[in-house]
Amino acid sequence: MIKGKVWKFGDDVNTDVIYPGKYLSITADPVEMAKHSFETVYPNFIKEAKPGDIVVGGKFFGCGSSREQAVTCLKHFGIKAIIAESFARIYYRNAINLGLPILVCKGISSKVNQGDIVDIEFETGKIKNTTTGEEMQATPLPAFIMEIINTGGLIPYLRQTAKK
Amino acid sequence: MTLAEKILARAGGKKIVTPGEIVTAKVDVAMSHENADVVLKAFREIGLKKVWAPERIVIIFDHRIPAESERTAATHKRVREFVAEQGITHFYDMKLGICHQVLPEKGHSIPGQLLVGTDSHTTTHGAFGTFAAGIGGTEMAGVWATGEIWLRVPETIKIIVSGKFKKNVSAKDLILYIIWKLGCDGADYKSVEFCGPTMDDMTIASRMVLSNLSMEMGAKVAFCPVDKKTIEYVSSRNKNKVEIIKPDADASYEKILEFDVSELEPQVACPHAVDNVKPVKEVKGIKIHQALLGSCTNGRLEDLASAAKILENKKVAESVRMLVIPASREIYLEAMKAGYLETFIKAGALILNPGCGPCLGGHQGLLAAGEVCISTTNRNFQARMGSAESFVYLASPATVAASAIKGEITEAL
Ligand code: SF4
Repeated sequence: MIKGKVWKFGDDVNTDVIYPGKYLSITADPVEMAKHSFETVYPNFIKEAKPGDIVVGGKFFGCGSSREQAVTCLKHFGIKAIIAESFARIYYRNAINLGLPILVCKGISSKVNQGDIVDIEFETGKIKNTTTGEEMQATPLPAFIMEIINTGGLIPYLRQTAKK
Repeated sequence: MTLAEKILARAGGKKIVTPGEIVTAKVDVAMSHENADVVLKAFREIGLKKVWAPERIVIIFDHRIPAESERTAATHKRVREFVAEQGITHFYDMKLGICHQVLPEKGHSIPGQLLVGTDSHTTTHGAFGTFAAGIGGTEMAGVWATGEIWLRVPETIKIIVSGKFKKNVSAKDLILYIIWKLGCDGADYKSVEFCGPTMDDMTIASRMVLSNLSMEMGAKVAFCPVDKKTIEYVSSRNKNKVEIIKPDADASYEKILEFDVSELEPQVACPHAVDNVKPVKEVKGIKIHQALLGSCTNGRLEDLASAAKILENKKVAESVRMLVIPASREIYLEAMKAGYLETFIKAGALILNPGCGPCLGGHQGLLAAGEVCISTTNRNFQARMGSAESFVYLASPATVAASAIKGEITEAL
């Protein structure tokens, strides 16, 4: 079960907005990357969001570049899960591969507000907005993808299978 | 089966696959650029000593060249050391140009093959009938380790194009128009197949524009027809035998769309979204500060030719900085021989080294708050090319050249 406060964004939030290109030369330090999350367009995020929060997007969250820094920065900021109406495919894969829980939930934009607290039952995709009491159903992930996320991402997963 | 299905069936060792199915596919070519640094770090964490196949990995420096900072210089150095350690055969150390232009030039984009790249515009290689999709760095580390990747078989949208383009209207205008119609997520997770008489007539360079920009409507892969032209190009770059691959006549499509280009007018994608497209005449008169001709979208010889024709014996407006970036060294040399570079220089443009330049906002020509750039590139997201208060308009080489002369957005006549 993941519980957290919602940081809500609109439709088509792209990777340049999540992680600006000018910081792409930072490759080795995820903590430093985290400091630039949403920096140029939503400067309040870094100031006010807290580790443990949850990002909620509209449709096509994470569109644009393949840069996985746009996932790394949020993961190391301490964001616990990302839920959206829909994702751009590369962003979705990157989140799985980096072990950051990600769920598609149709209708979520109209059912949560900035600052609401939500409970997410990741395995079943059940989401509850505890602020309003409203319940939602996200699309659960296939078993092998769950396994990658639960192991902490593709690298620990491959390390494990390499050992076997 | 559609092209995507055929290729994934082969790469996945299956007779037949259907959309929605997940296959574990064998990768033919694995491409990375500067972000190979992210990949190698993840690769080391897996704990393996050797990559799966050093001859199938291509690494190229193009995004931040020459190094704009000490940090990038260190990135380049680490990757060079990794390349030497692993014996990676195809390494292009910043002298050749942009990945999506150089890979075809060097014979890595092959019809029917599976190519993955740590760059979203990897869709470009679909212009050669390659199943070419973008992936992230960690995922690439998995490919370097195993040579395999899981892929969901995409549904396919077929786009039939007919008609002849009017003067100074090109593939760029067509794809911007299609993106406007479909929306920026209109092809999310999908394969796109372009076909029809206009596609058959189209040059390889123009086909690449369509496959490249299909990413901006979310496409996973975007194919152009594989025909005699494709085979001629690919065979001149790669000694191995290449074969024509076509979708089956009874392939099933999620959607079939038709576009007639005969009446199409020059288009421009306005800030800050690629699907915010309007005919150029509707935004005519907007003052510009920078004009950018280049990138993996429109930095090829025919693009430079079309701009040079317009700039011949003309001057770039005093208030405009025009940057010209040939997509590769090969194109650079050809443009020099054809006299285009001289035309640009005389017109007052700056010519930068082949590479990505300011397209991704890393260096070489960023924008200040309040500034406007008209660009032949493929993304105009807020803050992509510098300040969050700058504005990027995307258009064809002809529109960019004409606008550079006038100092404001305008159509090429
Ligand atoms: S030219 Fe621009 S879009 Fe193309 S690969 Fe380089 S940064 Fe990406």
